Amino acid sequence: MNAYEKLKTARQSGRPTSAAYIKQIFTDAIELHGDRRYGDDPAILSGIAYLGDTPVTYIGIEKGVDLQDRMKRHFGCPEPEGYRKALRLMKQAEKFSRPVICFVDTLGAYCGDEAEERGQGQAIAENIMEMSGLRTPVISVVIGEGGSGGALALATADRVYMLENAVYSVISPEGCASIIWKDSGMVEQAAECLHITARDMQHFGVAETIIKEDPKHFDKMCAALKKQLERDVDYLSSLSHDMLVDGRYKRFRKFGIYNEEEV
Amino acid sequence: MDNILHKVKKKIDDVTVSPEETVECPGCKTTQQKLKVLKNNMVCPDCGHHFRMSARTRIEFITDKNSFKELFDNLSSIDFLEFPKYKEKLETAQKNTGEKEAVVCGTARIGGIKCALFVMDPRFIMASMGSVVGEKITRTFEYAEKKRLPVVGFTASGGARMQEGVTSLMQMAKVSAAVKKHSKDCNLYITVLTDPTTGGVTASFAMQGDIILAEPKALVGFAGRRVVEQTIGKKLPDDFQSAEFLLKHGFVDAIVPRSEMVKTLSTLLKMHVKG
Ligand SMILES: [Zn+2]
Repeated sequence: MNAYEKLKTARQSGRPTSAAYIKQIFTDAIELHGDRRYGDDPAILSGIAYLGDTPVTYIGIEKGVDLQDRMKRHFGCPEPEGYRKALRLMKQAEKFSRPVICFVDTLGAYCGDEAEERGQGQAIAENIMEMSGLRTPVISVVIGEGGSGGALALATADRVYMLENAVYSVISPEGCASIIWKDSGMVEQAAECLHITARDMQHFGVAETIIKEDPKHFDKMCAALKKQLERDVDYLSSLSHDMLVDGRYKRFRKFGIYNEEEV
Repeated sequence: MDNILHKVKKKIDDVTVSPEETVECPGCKTTQQKLKVLKNNMVCPDCGHHFRMSARTRIEFITDKNSFKELFDNLSSIDFLEFPKYKEKLETAQKNTGEKEAVVCGTARIGGIKCALFVMDPRFIMASMGSVVGEKITRTFEYAEKKRLPVVGFTASGGARMQEGVTSLMQMAKVSAAVKKHSKDCNLYITVLTDPTTGGVTASFAMQGDIILAEPKALVGFAGRRVVEQTIGKKLPDDFQSAEFLLKHGFVDAIVPRSEMVKTLSTLLKMHVKG
C-alpha cells in the first residue's frame, strides 16, 4: 500500500474506533466525564480501567460509529473541552501514579468558531507542555489518523505506537495539496510528499512500535497490543519520575534535521 | 490581502528609505510617508495600524542600544524530504530577507535588564516552524535556563512548516518541553503575539508564556479563518481571531501598542528580577 492507500484505510468507516480498543483491552472501565471548566466533549472518551492487574487512565479520541454518533462527536475532532478533560485526567493519573494510555484517531482539532473562542490553540499548547513534564508513564497509540497538533496534544508520550495502516501528519494531505498545488485533487502526491505512514514514523523516530493489523481477528490484534502495553508500562513504571521525565525530554529533544556550521 | 500587506511591508522595512517614498496604509488606506511610519515604530500616524516588522527592525526598537548579541545563527534548513518547491522557497526567502531562517535569537537588555530573546520574522516563509526555527527557540530556552534568564519571545507564524513533514510537528513538543523546563526553575517567559500568529505556533509556545501580550489588531488563532468558515458554514465577523477577540475571551493578558512596548516589557522584567 502507498501512503494514499494507507490514508484511505486509516479513515475507512467500519474501522475500529477507540471505544472498541478500550472495551477489548481493558477491564472494569469506568468512564469519567467533563473538564470541570465548561463542558464534556464527546469526541474524547476517558476514564480509569484495569490493564491486566494495573489500574490505568485511558484517553481516546472517538470518531463514533453511525452517522448520528459521528456527528455528535464531530467525527473525532476534539474541542478545547476535550483536551482540557484529557489534561485533567492526566493530572489525576499523575497524582495516583497511574500510567496513561492514549488512543489517537483524529483528522485534527475541531475548527469551529466557538472552539477558537474557547482557546483551541491554548488548550493544545497546555496539553503538550504539561505532558512533557508529567510524572507518570504515558503511552500513545495512533490507531487511525494522527492529525497534526490535535493529535500531538495526546501524543507527547514516552512511547508512541502506530497501527500498521495508521498515518501521522503535520497537515492533512488535502490541506497540503490545496496550499502547494492549489488543487485539492493532488492528495495522493501530497500524502507521498508528507511521509505519513507508520514506517515513516519509525524512520523519523516519531514512533517506536508498529502494531500489525488483522481486521479479521480484532481480538488477536488487541491481545498483541495489550501485551506490548503491559511490557512498556512495566518497564516505564520501574523508572524514577526524574528518569522518566528526562527520557521524555530527550525523546522529543532529538527531532530536527538541519545544517550546523561550526562557529 | 496578506500578500499585498507582505509586499508593502517588505519595502517599507528597508532601512534605506528616502523621504519621498510613500506607502499605502492597509489600515486606513491613506498614503503615508515611509520615513514617518518608520520613525513612528512602524505604526501609521493617522490610524495606528501596526505594520508588520522584520525581526532585526523589531530587535532594534525593543532592545537597549548595542545590547543584542545573536545566538545560534549557524543553523540553516535542509530540504531533507525533497519536498516540491521547498528549496526554491528557502532560497527566495533568504534572498529577500537577508536572513538564514525565520527566527532571530540571542540575548539583550531591555530597560537595562538582561534577557534571552527570540523574534520571528513573518517575511520568511510566513515564519513557519521547521527544524531550524524549533531548534533555535529550544536552544534559547535551554540557554536561558542555564543562565537563569527570562525569555521574551515575539511570535509570528503561519504554523508548522509542512515541507519538513512530521518533523515540523515534533518541534511543537520539543520547544514546549524546553519552555516547561525553563519554567520549572521559576524563570519568567513573556510572549508578545504579533500579526499573524497561527496554527502550530499558537498551539505551542505562543500560548505558554507566564504573561501573554499582543499587539493591537494582530491576527491570532489556531485554525485559519477560511477553514473555520467552511466548518461552520457561515461568515465570520471581521474581528474574529484579532488580539481584541482573544482579550475578550480571556486568552491574552494585555494588548500593548508598539509605543508602549519597551516600557511595558521593561517594567515586567524589572518586577521579576530575582533578589
Ligand atoms: Zn493608517
